[in-house]
Amino acid sequence: MGHIKLTNVTKSFGAVDVLHDINLEIKDGEFVVFVGPSGCGKSTLLRMIAGLEKPTGGELAIDGKVVNDVPAADRGLAMVFQSYALYPHMSVRQNLAFGLENTRMPKAEIAERIGEAARMLEIEAYLERRPGQLSGGQRQRVAIGRAIVRRPVAFLLDEPLSNLDAELRGSTRAELAALHARLSATMIYVTHDQVEAMTLADRIVVLRAGRIEQIGTPLELYNRPANRFVAGFIGSPHMNFLEGTLEAAGAGTAVATLKGGHQLQVPIADGTAAAEGPITLGVRPHHITLDAGENSIPAKIRLVEALGSETVLHADVAGQKILIVAPGQHNLAQGDDVRLSLSAAPIHLFNDRGIRLERAV
Amino acid sequence: MSRVAEFIFRRRGRSGWHWTDVFTWVWLIGGLFIMFGPAVWLVGSSFKSPAALAEFPPTIMPYVTQKATVEGYDKPLDLYEVTMPDGSKTVLAEVRRIGIVSQMVSPDKPTEIVKVKIAERTPVRTMSFATSNYSEPFTHFDFVRYLWNSVFVTVTATLITLIVNSMAAFALSKYEFRGRTFAMLLILATLMVPLSVIMVPLYSIVSALGLFNNLWGVILPTVATPTGVFILRQYMLTIPDELIDAARMDKASEWQIYWRIILPLTAPALAVLAIFSVVWRWNDFLWPLIVLSRKELYTLQVGLSIYSGELNVQWHFILAMTVVTMIPVVLVFIFLQRFITTGIAGTGLK
Amino acid sequence: MKADVPKGTGSSLGEAAMAPVRLAMAAIDAPLRWVQRRLGIGGMATFFLLPNMLIFGVFVLLPFFINFAYSMTGGTALFLPDRSFVGGEQYARLFDCANYTDPNSCAEDTFWTAVGNTAWFVLLQVSLMILFSLITALILNRELMARSFWRAVFFFPVLLSPVVVGLIWKWILQRQGLLNFGLYGLGFDPYTWLNDRNWSFAATVGVSIWAHMGFYTLILLAGLQAIPKDLYEAAEMDGTRPARAFWRITLPLLMPNLLVVIVLVLIRAVQIFDEVYVLTGGGPGTSTLYITQYIYETGFATQLRNPGLAAAASILMGAVLVVLTLVQLGLGRKGEKKGARK
Repeated sequence: MGHIKLTNVTKSFGAVDVLHDINLEIKDGEFVVFVGPSGCGKSTLLRMIAGLEKPTGGELAIDGKVVNDVPAADRGLAMVFQSYALYPHMSVRQNLAFGLENTRMPKAEIAERIGEAARMLEIEAYLERRPGQLSGGQRQRVAIGRAIVRRPVAFLLDEPLSNLDAELRGSTRAELAALHARLSATMIYVTHDQVEAMTLADRIVVLRAGRIEQIGTPLELYNRPANRFVAGFIGSPHMNFLEGTLEAAGAGTAVATLKGGHQLQVPIADGTAAAEGPITLGVRPHHITLDAGENSIPAKIRLVEALGSETVLHADVAGQKILIVAPGQHNLAQGDDVRLSLSAAPIHLFNDRGIRLERAV
Repeated sequence: MSRVAEFIFRRRGRSGWHWTDVFTWVWLIGGLFIMFGPAVWLVGSSFKSPAALAEFPPTIMPYVTQKATVEGYDKPLDLYEVTMPDGSKTVLAEVRRIGIVSQMVSPDKPTEIVKVKIAERTPVRTMSFATSNYSEPFTHFDFVRYLWNSVFVTVTATLITLIVNSMAAFALSKYEFRGRTFAMLLILATLMVPLSVIMVPLYSIVSALGLFNNLWGVILPTVATPTGVFILRQYMLTIPDELIDAARMDKASEWQIYWRIILPLTAPALAVLAIFSVVWRWNDFLWPLIVLSRKELYTLQVGLSIYSGELNVQWHFILAMTVVTMIPVVLVFIFLQRFITTGIAGTGLK
Repeated sequence: MKADVPKGTGSSLGEAAMAPVRLAMAAIDAPLRWVQRRLGIGGMATFFLLPNMLIFGVFVLLPFFINFAYSMTGGTALFLPDRSFVGGEQYARLFDCANYTDPNSCAEDTFWTAVGNTAWFVLLQVSLMILFSLITALILNRELMARSFWRAVFFFPVLLSPVVVGLIWKWILQRQGLLNFGLYGLGFDPYTWLNDRNWSFAATVGVSIWAHMGFYTLILLAGLQAIPKDLYEAAEMDGTRPARAFWRITLPLLMPNLLVVIVLVLIRAVQIFDEVYVLTGGGPGTSTLYITQYIYETGFATQLRNPGLAAAASILMGAVLVVLTLVQLGLGRKGEKKGARK
């Protein structure tokens, strides 16, 4: 139940190709998040799985059965929409019952399922209200409830939290995680928010411009991003990218020369020494320390954002912008000269095509 | 808003009346009389007896001359108040009138004829509403038939209009298909083909379909109104597509989506169209006039126009029936005026 | 307009009345699901469009095209196959004139009389209609007590049927009517207005304005209310006089609405029939015979009916209307663009 497999799936709207050659396997019970910037095709991919869009090419299978030509209603999936798409003229109860009535389910069973879902989601108190009389958070629960009562083989969630305020979003996220644990059903979740992706997903699928950039667990993506795009997309604040050149310097190490002449020793995997030449160094803001020690890099502060528990520094390294998140509070001001150390930082190297060079860690 | 007006015609220094204030109120009060006056006059006249209608100058309220039955005379005689030569006043009944002299009798002394100059008598009149103007056409004429025909045409045409146009609007607003733009343009283009342009060939088509002298021949050509499709489509475009996706995920068929999701959500626009359609169909004249030639099929409008065009117009009935014809529209006006005015202001369509 | 949620769940009575409808709809659903499986979701669009298109096709498009064929046939036969082809003869007959300004010099003199009458009618009715409805809209746009009441006053006749309108005024204008009563009070003798060529023409103009003015007032009022009031405040700050503000702010900003209204009035005025037919019947003589009545009588009513000629005349009128409608659509689009820029 709930095993979804996409093989060489493509989708075009007229002459515009929105999805290229998607290969993806989602295991039963897995929580998979599609993440990417807007327009990357993640929603189209979800709607294609739902059956609301037809793939242009390739094969889509649910539980081993090809469903390319099966209409949405017969795929056994349920979807939670971004706008919730609750029927405004029906009460909450009617909203939950609508899909079940369409399958000619006996009334008693419908009532039982609604009762169960309502208890689970704590929406019993307003079953007789119309969606217009509910708050955003309550509507969201009803939308999820409408999916739950269907007992689908998989849940499809299209940016379900994007219409909630920040605080509610946090708590609902946790509830969703709990719900997944409890139902242990397959869930496919679309978001543009990498924090949601990191916190909820078993596996994340990063999409860009209709292609899958990387599939992996949250930490895999964080620690070993496949390319510069994934590296920049996952993690907050974004990874710093510094331009430089790479020269091999014996087995397993190389010397990276940053613009401005500063040199860094970086370990590289064997066989990648050939990647000499222009290179991009990636380093996460949290991994840079303020340290005047050996081999430190001079930088000039452009902006200081004191958040209390940590300080976000915008600095300038030989004309390249760099962001540092330093724990604690620092008495720094715009224009101050500081020295940065990358010695404790995992450094990612990306070649001129943006592909990450595997590093021997 | 109000400031706009205030600025266009503001009162100088806010003291005293500017000429524009005077003009405004003259226009409004004048408008009140000109707009409502004729209808009020019609209603008032409709309660007058034929005799009162023929009078000039007319009276505002319906009066009838009192009559009395006098011994020795078969018919009831008109009563007049007469100023006697001695200056006293008395009530006499008129037997006959010769020139300027009227021969009168006192009801108490039927045998004694008194001659009175007509200038010295005034009719004794009481206010009386001639409700027979209303009741008689209902009992003696085909009026009930006309009323029924009008109601049938209006209700049926409106129902079909709502269903057929909402289905088309649904297709044109919520589906992508080839030829959608063409269909839309085609429908809009028919706005340019009013009845008066196609009535000759339309008549031959309606006849060919066997719908001449048939109420369906009145109904069918009117129901696919482009205005209706247009109003409903504009409204349906504001219904989120996700709702339809959600319904499809909920295993609803396309028909169910139309019937259980789209139609209830389009209710306000359907109501506006329904009101318009009722008024249009109730008021239709030229087409029913062409299609219906048998008396028992006339709608109210046709019946009224035919009767009022007769050589010997029975105004007392015509006026009363005109009032009856007005009633549904006046009801719509009283209860739904706000609905209509916002509908017109919003779409610019009539 | 936007999709509001209908309020309330409806009375139980309404629910009960809906029950059979609901049952019927559910009964239709099963066969339609089968259709949907056969046609696919896209095919259902055709299904939904079909009834409308069918009725359109039969009762609007078909007659529209047949009309051209009709106008090239002669005789009194009703159905096209029975009619004899005469080519452009009907048009030639319509245009057979020695002097176009004098209807009497034309073969089809009533046609040209009707055209001339209609032209005068349109000229007079449209300009007065615009003037009156603009004045009324400006007045209703002022700060008024009970504005919606006053708006309703002017709107009231719009809903009345043309037949009722015609009868009301026929009754008022007749010899014993209200108008003569009023004039009698002022010392005038009663007059049968509708037996006078000029007065009955004036009556058709006046009555049609009376009946439809409220509708255009409403559109113009909506346009006036859409003008942002801060413009007037700004003008006031600049010391602009009210008259100047009217000419430089109100009128230019109202122009899109005004143009649409002008064309709408024009289109309707050209087709005037119903209320005039009841009020004057085209008379006295042919003094209020307008083009639609000419087509109607030529096509249906007279002893010497000639549907081909009527069709030809209706095509000529249709051509005028198409031009006017295209002008309106063009103006509407221009107005939309203007609105979008705001």
